[in-house]
Amino acid sequence: MEITVKVNGADRTADVEPRLLLSHLIREEFGLTGTHMGCDTTSCGACTVLLDGRPVKSCTVFGVQADGREVRTVEGLLQDGQLHPIQAAFKEEHGLQCGFCTPGMMLTGSVLLAENPSPTDEEVRWAISGQICRCTGYMNIVNAIQAAGKAMSETTEDAAASVAS
Amino acid sequence: MLPSRFEYHRPESLEEAFQLLSQYGDEAKVLAGGQSLIPVMKLRLATPGHIIDISRLSLDEIAESGDALTVGALARHRDLERSDVIKAGYPVMATAAPLISDPVVRNLGTIGGSLCHADPAGDWGSVMLALGARVVIGSARGERELPVSEFLVDTFTTALEPDEILTQVKVPKPSGSSGGTYLKMERKVGDFATVATAVHLSLSNGTVDRAGIALTAVGSKNIEATDAEASLAGSEPSEEAFAEAGRLAAEASSPVSDVRGSEAYKRHVVDVYVRRGLTRALESARAA
Repeated sequence: MEITVKVNGADRTADVEPRLLLSHLIREEFGLTGTHMGCDTTSCGACTVLLDGRPVKSCTVFGVQADGREVRTVEGLLQDGQLHPIQAAFKEEHGLQCGFCTPGMMLTGSVLLAENPSPTDEEVRWAISGQICRCTGYMNIVNAIQAAGKAMSETTEDAAASVAS
Repeated sequence: MLPSRFEYHRPESLEEAFQLLSQYGDEAKVLAGGQSLIPVMKLRLATPGHIIDISRLSLDEIAESGDALTVGALARHRDLERSDVIKAGYPVMATAAPLISDPVVRNLGTIGGSLCHADPAGDWGSVMLALGARVVIGSARGERELPVSEFLVDTFTTALEPDEILTQVKVPKPSGSSGGTYLKMERKVGDFATVATAVHLSLSNGTVDRAGIALTAVGSKNIEATDAEASLAGSEPSEEAFAEAGRLAAEASSPVSDVRGSEAYKRHVVDVYVRRGLTRALESARAA
């Protein structure tokens, strides 16, 4: 079946079997290996991507379900070649150890921050509770998401101040 | 893991979906959120030859009208979790929604899909039993309504015929002052419940007008604890009455020992959670 998916802003087409999972479509057909396969049983959340802006486990969605819709992967976080604030914060705050859960954590974190720019510890932990960090590095993941929120709010304030002056 | 091969259909209307189902019958499975169906297909516990993807149909409205709350079958758990109407008037639903699976799964999983999957560890089944809800079922042959108590037949088995689709859930608007709560014991976010209980209370002039009590993950399906409900109807709410209801609910449960707990332990949790749930439901009913 021929499908067209908007991946990180660009239309991509592929001819796929309906049983192909979105995770495999992204990694094998589109060559975007930043999306990681962990448990393949809807448990670990390593394969989380954004489908029409919402985090989903790509091992539990058929690729054909993304036909005509928008997918954002970790590769799509870069903005004009610059790290997204959440990527910069994960680097600064040591929000990753082995890095396997990191793409999904950053995508879910970016969605949380868009709704709630200064989440509490509990709100961050709640938002990422469907995703497992097997290094158990949760404290720095929480710190990184909060630091990104702070950086994003400051950038917005600076922009507002420069417009006002 | 790859499921076995199937043909994919994406009908653009409910009528088209009904037509496809009358054509393919029990060779077909309806795909809503896919959060239970896709895992069982990957494990090859289900090997449908045809998948009918209804997930893009507009069937997700949550609205209160007249004497009922109507919820479209495709309402996502996250929509139910965030609904102001539900937060304001349906505390059993409002407390259950954030406890279903995990936040990422709740972005896709639907209330209709959860009810049709009929997993005894499913949360909405118990919530709907406690609220005395009904389901609307459609097919090319027409439409019918069933109480959830008749819809849920056994493990992974409902009253749906092969050509039918669950289209809507109807929850009666609670009368008088009412309260309720869903309590769930789980080892971690996203795990199946060890035990969960749904409790609803409607009061009229200080006495119990209607009690709804249902149990999750302690039998071959969601269990409505009818003896416990009947023991409360018409009575004055009291610690003793709640203790008796807890005892009767534990008696109605038939848990099995597994990695999550022994049979005796789970039965005890039912007793404690029903008592605790009734106490909280009473507090919220009196505050309402």
